[in-house]
Amino acid sequence: MELYAILKVIWWLLLGVLLIGLAVMVGMDMGIGAALRYFGRTDGERRAVLNMIGPHWDGNQVWFILGGGAVFAAWPTIYATAFSGLYVVMLLLLWSMIIRPLGFEYRSKLPSPVWRNVWDWGLFVSGLLPMVIFGAAIGNMLRGVPFHFNWDLESWYTGSFISLFNPFAILCGLMSLALALYQGSAMVMNRGDGAIRERARKLGLWAGPAGLILFTAGGFWVARLPGYVLTAGDDPAGPAMPLHKTVEVVQGAWLHNFSAHPVLWLVPALVYVSIMAGVWSLQRGWSHLGWWLGALGWIGTIGTVGAAMFPFMMPSSSNPSQSLTVWDASSSQTTLLWMLGWTVVFVPIVVIYTSWAFWVMRGKVTPAQVEGDDHAY
Amino acid sequence: MHNMQTVVDLSRWQFAATALYHFLFVPLTLGLTFLLAAMETVYVTTGRKIYKEMAIFWGKLFAINFALGVATGLTMEFEFGTNWAQYSRFVGDVFGAPLAIEGLMAFFLESTFVGLMLFGWDRMSRGKHLLVTYMVALGSNLSALWILIANGFMQSPHGATFDPITMRMELSSFTDLIFNHDAQAKFVHTSIAGYVTAAVFVAGISGWYMLRNRHMELAKRSFRMAVLFGVFASVGVISLGDALGFIDGHAQPAKLVAMESLWHTRTPPVGFNVIAFPSQKQQRNLYALKIPDLLTPLVTHSMNTVIPGADEVEQNAMVRMRDGIPAVLALKTLSAEPSNQAALAQFDAHKKDMGYALLLERFAPDLAAATPTDYERAARSVIPDVAVIFWSFRIMVLAGFAMLFFLGLGAFCSLNNKVHERRWLLKLAPWFIPVPYIACEAGWLVAEMGRQPWTVYGVFPTWMSASTQSVAYMVFSLAGFVLIYSIFIAVEMYLMVKFIRKGPDDGATAMLAH
Ligand code: HDD
Ligand code: HEM
Ligand code: HEM
Repeated sequence: MELYAILKVIWWLLLGVLLIGLAVMVGMDMGIGAALRYFGRTDGERRAVLNMIGPHWDGNQVWFILGGGAVFAAWPTIYATAFSGLYVVMLLLLWSMIIRPLGFEYRSKLPSPVWRNVWDWGLFVSGLLPMVIFGAAIGNMLRGVPFHFNWDLESWYTGSFISLFNPFAILCGLMSLALALYQGSAMVMNRGDGAIRERARKLGLWAGPAGLILFTAGGFWVARLPGYVLTAGDDPAGPAMPLHKTVEVVQGAWLHNFSAHPVLWLVPALVYVSIMAGVWSLQRGWSHLGWWLGALGWIGTIGTVGAAMFPFMMPSSSNPSQSLTVWDASSSQTTLLWMLGWTVVFVPIVVIYTSWAFWVMRGKVTPAQVEGDDHAY
Repeated sequence: MHNMQTVVDLSRWQFAATALYHFLFVPLTLGLTFLLAAMETVYVTTGRKIYKEMAIFWGKLFAINFALGVATGLTMEFEFGTNWAQYSRFVGDVFGAPLAIEGLMAFFLESTFVGLMLFGWDRMSRGKHLLVTYMVALGSNLSALWILIANGFMQSPHGATFDPITMRMELSSFTDLIFNHDAQAKFVHTSIAGYVTAAVFVAGISGWYMLRNRHMELAKRSFRMAVLFGVFASVGVISLGDALGFIDGHAQPAKLVAMESLWHTRTPPVGFNVIAFPSQKQQRNLYALKIPDLLTPLVTHSMNTVIPGADEVEQNAMVRMRDGIPAVLALKTLSAEPSNQAALAQFDAHKKDMGYALLLERFAPDLAAATPTDYERAARSVIPDVAVIFWSFRIMVLAGFAMLFFLGLGAFCSLNNKVHERRWLLKLAPWFIPVPYIACEAGWLVAEMGRQPWTVYGVFPTWMSASTQSVAYMVFSLAGFVLIYSIFIAVEMYLMVKFIRKGPDDGATAMLAH
């Protein structure tokens, strides 16, 4: 393969890594936000739960921001077409997400119960809604989105906003929420004690299986969805220009990659194995193991979508030949190469200091401890 | 068809509103992190508890401000895609890179360490905590560096060429992109503007305490550190501002026209308009108060360089529009047949003026049939809104000198150990708090409105940059932002004022017991 084609594939994999990082780290925080009122019954308990991720939520959130930046740099056509096409959905996502920083930072600054209650509901919304939208967005990519380009690549989205909330997308959204609740529960078990830990265990035991059921349902559904097949004209090493290829829509085509390379079935199998093992370890109280198994579950889930769609990234349902693929939606070779260099240097550094930060703040967080700490949320 | 011009206008309003709002919180973060680090350094090196108390108290105010900086930055990261899709596709190959690096290099650093800074006081040694605080300061300033490299590319595009096959700007030299003079000067000017903001903020609140005889120890020391830091910073912001004006003179003559309300080209040296009432319609100043011969040395650093006025800038634009038309026409051919050699050659011969032809297309959708009136209107659109830019610029500069004066006085009194006796100075101090904010917002108005009608100066016009949204969606999103952001700022101001009034006491006494 030529260098440019290899770089495109590497950046497709890196996009997967980013989505997984985002799903695991931000998903965990959002799961905790969404279930905050369940984990903690009293104000003291809720503060304890908030302080478990208090020092980390902002660092975790950078996975989401970097996701935006990296798509911009490596897949600019997707950045432009997807975010403008899904306009109202994007705004709902962002507006619900920005309640979170204030929720964390301001909630415990005043003693009034009304004030704190309002922020608790704010954290609920800003945990629940973004995860549902995140899953639904991936679901819509699998279904294809109605958009097309003019001669000068001006993009036009022709669907309605409501059509993005179709049953399949909602199913994917709920699946993503279930995994987030699972991941959050595992974290709260790690760092909580007594009643809080017990509630987290219950939720985890419930959310894991729910995620698996939804994943299975989604799988059967995808097998019957129209998939997209590249028939001609898209040169892997060619310039990133999406107007000169032909694409066919075929029922069940999202399974073609799996039948061509049966080894790919290991990817969805990973979801089953890791979530089942994860539920089992939460049952036994081994929440650290459960947390890592949940992360594996996310790798399997996002990997399954990638394996099914490759090389498609954003199929167009109204003009399939203008779908965006790995071969025609990327940046130039120069940019991909430079950005790879930055990634190779900085990702290890980020991983090192992030691990250090978690290590410094390790240990159980209890209501009593939070009560006596002037620096806590 | 949707109503394109309305959508572009609404997108501009929305971007301007959200960016200006984001920048209400950015400067304090940029500067206060360094002040916190300085206070903590004194604590660690001398071991005096009062400096730890200071770092913790100002750190609380920092956190209240920081939350909104994060929240409003989050929406901005995606706003290029949601609202400026054509722009994003057109320059993403170049412009996306600094944005991604900003996340990788700066946001991770700042956001990971800010948690440790606020929560980790009792979890690590003094030296480690100090290092953490410096990392936060470094992270926030690195974020400014990368976002301004991105913005610098819009202001004076270097390091990229237009590719007629993929129909977008592509990166040609990464080093040219990051060592862009405009970006470098902008970075220093803007981050130092943040230091001035933090200095005035801390001095203002400390003055307020001293006036009421509260927290005297903490207030005196905070005041002194702030004004000393602030004096140096304001000298820096003024000299870098001068450098920016110098660079603008070369890179963006139309912006200079607007900043100085310079309608006509005259033989140098030309005078400096202290006050002017420009009329965009008549292309002249209705009234102007001039200092003779001053402008030429100010912006060209010489006595005999010609500064082009609006007339010359428009004339040049017309020539370039005409020359750029064949490039745009060739592009249409290339979209259908990418290997058409004749079209490629035609494009190459005219590519340097393509942006101007795109500008003309707004007034003459059929370029081949453009009339002299179309040219005339397009040429006039090259001059941005002179009145707004002229006055914003003067407000910024006036604010800069006023703050230098105030901080200098403060430093003088403080070094003589007389501040707490100079009640007029203490009374004045809180009133200065809004001044740096006004200067920063005015500065962005100059920089961004002065860039119009381009999103990428001379290459890609604003009117083609927006997403193809419907007017209804735009009204919905603008209304949503106004509503949410108004609630947010009300909450933030309430908490900020409450915590300032409450002062450092209770937390600090608990702390000192440790
Ligand atoms: C001169 C500096 C500067 C400028 C011009 C901008 N920002 Fe900013 N931004 C900062 C300086 C900064 C900061 C000081 O670093 C902030 C403020 C609070 C914070 O967390 O970092 C920040 C926060 C911040 C965040 C949240 C980071 C986090 O969670 O920690 C994002 C995503 C952005 N910004 C994105 C943008 C975009 C897309 C801009 C383009 C218009 C922009 N900023 C202009
Ligand atoms: C946070 C500080 C910033 C402020 C306060 C600010 C301010 C503004 C204003 C007032 C406008 C509207 C201009 C007009 O339409 O007349 C604008 C537009 C715009 N700015 Fe900025 N800006 C900021 C930072 C940036 C940065 C750093 C970038 C790029 C990285 C940027 C990119 C843009 C774009 C794409 C538009 C929309 C298109 C246009 O109108 O030209 N801005 N900004
Ligand atoms: C004598 C003093 C000053 C001069 C001559 C000056 C000059 C300038 C110029 C020419 C620009 C436009 C840059 C562009 O076109 O891209 C600018 C922008 C700006 N100024 Fe100033 N300035 C001064 C003082 C200040 C002060 C005191 C502050 C705030 C505390 C400030 C904050 C800003 C900001 C935030 C921007 C926008 C960002 C940028 O373009 O760098 N300036 N200034």
